[in-house]
Amino acid sequence: MASLRSPEELELLRQETLAAREATTARVSVCAGAGCMASGADEVIAAFRAEIESQGLTADVDTKGTGCPGFCERGPIVVIYPEEICYLQVTPDDVPEIVAATIKEKGVVERLVYADPVSGETAPRESDIPFYKHQERIVIGNNIRIDPKNIDDYLAIGGYAGLVKALFEMTPEAVVDEVKKSNLRGRGGAGFPAGLKWEGSRDAPGEPKYVIVNADEGDPGAFMDRALLEGNPHSILEGLIIGGYAIGAHEGYVYVRQEYPLAVENVLLAIEQAEAHGLLGKDILGSGFDFTVVVHQGAGAFVCGESTALMTALEGRVGEPRPKYTRSNVKGLWERPSVLNNVETWANVPLIINNGADWFTEFGTEKSKGTKIFSLVGKITNTGLVEVPMGITLREIIYEIGGGIPGGKEFKAVQTGGPSGGCLPEALLDLQVGFDELAQAGSMMGSGGMIVMDEETCMVDVARYFLDFLTDESCGKCVPCREGTRQMLNILTNITQGRGRAGDIELLEELSEVAVGASLCALGKSAPNPFLSTLAYFRDEYEAHINEKKCPAKSCKELVTYYIDAESCQACMTCQKKCPYGAIDGDRDRIHVIDPALCTKCGICFEVCPPRYDAVRKISGEAAPPPPAEEERTISRKSKVT
Amino acid sequence: MDSERVDQIIEEYQCEASALIQILLRIQEEAHWLSSNALHRVSERLGVSMTRIMHIATFYKAFSLVPKGRHEVHICVGTACHVRGAERVLDSVEDATGLKPGETDLDLKFSLETVNCVGCCALGPVMQVDKKTYGKLSAADTVNLLQSYE
Amino acid sequence: MSEVLLQIDGKEVRATEGASILEAACAADVFIPTLCHHEKLEPHGGCRLCMVEVEEHGRSKLVVSCIYPAANDQVVTTRSEQVDRIRKMILELLLAHAPDSETLLELGREYGADRNRFDKEASFCINCGLCVRYCAEVKKADAVGFLDRGTRRDISFIPEIAARECWQCKECFPLCPTSALQAAYVLVSSLAFPGARHQAPSEC
Repeated sequence: MASLRSPEELELLRQETLAAREATTARVSVCAGAGCMASGADEVIAAFRAEIESQGLTADVDTKGTGCPGFCERGPIVVIYPEEICYLQVTPDDVPEIVAATIKEKGVVERLVYADPVSGETAPRESDIPFYKHQERIVIGNNIRIDPKNIDDYLAIGGYAGLVKALFEMTPEAVVDEVKKSNLRGRGGAGFPAGLKWEGSRDAPGEPKYVIVNADEGDPGAFMDRALLEGNPHSILEGLIIGGYAIGAHEGYVYVRQEYPLAVENVLLAIEQAEAHGLLGKDILGSGFDFTVVVHQGAGAFVCGESTALMTALEGRVGEPRPKYTRSNVKGLWERPSVLNNVETWANVPLIINNGADWFTEFGTEKSKGTKIFSLVGKITNTGLVEVPMGITLREIIYEIGGGIPGGKEFKAVQTGGPSGGCLPEALLDLQVGFDELAQAGSMMGSGGMIVMDEETCMVDVARYFLDFLTDESCGKCVPCREGTRQMLNILTNITQGRGRAGDIELLEELSEVAVGASLCALGKSAPNPFLSTLAYFRDEYEAHINEKKCPAKSCKELVTYYIDAESCQACMTCQKKCPYGAIDGDRDRIHVIDPALCTKCGICFEVCPPRYDAVRKISGEAAPPPPAEEERTISRKSKVT
Repeated sequence: MDSERVDQIIEEYQCEASALIQILLRIQEEAHWLSSNALHRVSERLGVSMTRIMHIATFYKAFSLVPKGRHEVHICVGTACHVRGAERVLDSVEDATGLKPGETDLDLKFSLETVNCVGCCALGPVMQVDKKTYGKLSAADTVNLLQSYE
Repeated sequence: MSEVLLQIDGKEVRATEGASILEAACAADVFIPTLCHHEKLEPHGGCRLCMVEVEEHGRSKLVVSCIYPAANDQVVTTRSEQVDRIRKMILELLLAHAPDSETLLELGREYGADRNRFDKEASFCINCGLCVRYCAEVKKADAVGFLDRGTRRDISFIPEIAARECWQCKECFPLCPTSALQAAYVLVSSLAFPGARHQAPSEC
């Protein structure tokens, strides 16, 4: 790999790469993100390469594993260029047909393209697929075009042009000003204006200064940063180098969670390739600016996503947050000025420098500019990553892009902001997505996790679940968080298990007040949010659990009873055979009965009872009807012989 | 892990104390646990106290002070997987292996852990065995899958 | 060193620049309760008992006085309804671990803390860190440290070091508000001291 000593040499390489690209007749992109790989994408890639070779087309057709485009529900995803034909849920067996029909004949394999679930209307081109059409994919849109393991792909789509502009056409102060003008707010959760943070570090005394990528992405259910770091690592590196130039830092860190081995691998490779090309290291492109990047892996601690705890971990210590009486952009890593920003924030920087702050401010609302990538997961038809302009409503995201709730179930709530966030009910579906709007409603933007819940989700259990998470992940240093979450979890567990008492809600509120007011860091201060928001919007569920020992969602195991409706049971023996605990009594001619003494409420019988019988029933807060008397259990069937 | 190998890893990081967590991650990955000998060696060579090392070794979930099994089974209990029934998958894995999260069986075959999100939320509920990810699992699937491991 | 002028509970107080609000208050004979604070140790900021209300730059906020620096024109209030509520709850949460601790009970009396508010927890240790920090900062022996995180956080002796250092020392013992430390020491010495033969139970 040639070391590029000037912007002109970079441009030359870019043109050469583009020319080579034009020479191909077709390009096959297969998503090679962690999700699709788990669904067999590597086998699909291998199948393409093998089939293309056997057809003698290797010289003309380029196949690559690419970054994640976000339509995770329908992976493995394949896009054939230049026509942009998008195939979904591709298996290795489909490959010969695709090569013959699309690559050779330039036609379409109808059964593999997107089809509207109601009308059946197909959308063969990627940009016509409704899931993508309603998005504004300025950041993640490039993922499907590039092989993250090959820097030349990034160059081909204009990569590192932003860096050239910053280093050669702008002063560091001008770069800070542009980011300030763009109103880019941190995409990690707090939404602090990035430009102000950078300015604070630029002006603070102390050397050396540092720029840090927070790729810890600890919020369960959020995987936007994984997709960006795995799928387009250079976009983050480019942003980071620009940031370093802006504030006067020559060392950058990428702190990435070790639970993302592919992201670690790809970013290490990206750094290696950038160094080989002279885009990292000494005198970048002959600009006189030196910059190096080190990757540091997390070791499994959610609290290390908190910026001061992350810096403490970078210093080789346990991730205990520090009080923010002096901001970390003034005194951060090793007590030096440090700018820490989220992966998605950094990925936006090259776009802002290339296209200008004015361009960026055209997206979004007055106070929340740009786009946001959300991981839309849970009880939703189109699970995946969606990038939308700020200001879009929750309803549009969940129904127009997400395809609504599967299985004919009713929407109940959408949870945003991870363990620091809250649940928003149906009444708020027309809320416009933005930092301040979500916070005012009792939740927060957070890093972008958006978890959809339906009628079968118990909101008290959601609060309990998050407290359980936080009692494990709290660093444990301060009393309000460690002991407060401990007691809140005890009380919520008791409530979900039928041991709720009058006064529990008030005690939980008191504990919440202390955690919010007195905790050392944002983890503790926001720990009560899931409880407070579910209490605000779903108080009736709390009261049902406590006063009636009833779980309206029929989810809390201890409060649920399974029984078999005698009228509907056809003694098919399906549940009886599947019950792991031998708790169902019955045979081919006798109506089945569940023995409550043996039943562990695992729910398998409920899952397997054929829908046409619908005999296994689930209830809560009331006693099951008594089983039929022994004499009445015999089923008389009409004879099939006349 | 013998002292010589520990020394080699430490030297890769120029004996920097700030690389302590990275060094321990390497040892954990190669040896599948952090032995007392290895930790004492690190303490000596890096000049950091055993109390700091022990706190780190117990604070971070990636580390284990007891040997792990041949196959590390991670059940994701992140929010998206939870909402899709990860608890039931965990229950059936606990039944099938006889283990609770954090435990390793006596033949050192399986180690069971819960994990708070591996970022494959579209495939939930998710289970990882060694580095392989399995998605869209039901309670019954997991039992079959585990039986295929030696 | 220059001086700063602030108000604590209506009293004019002078403090050296760089001093914490707690130090300024102590010097002016204003009492602020603490648990994890010790004059020989770096401030820890863990117990949160010393939280006070500070008004500066036109805004009011709650801060831990052992760490927050005193500054000109600050108006500090050491007791208020909110502060008292927080202190009461902190003590009740800790009393769930060590309901018989004289230190906690005495502090608790001032705020009406109910030692039986919460179900009792198994571990006496309240994670104040006095033992750990004293051993690290004053004795520089690092014989005892923290383990784990969250609700499982605890203290533990390093057996080999404790076997060597603690017998003659034990200076941390009087610092422990709950006697969890002494219990931890007895446990490690009886189970894990390498080759120890000289257990003298009466001395524990």
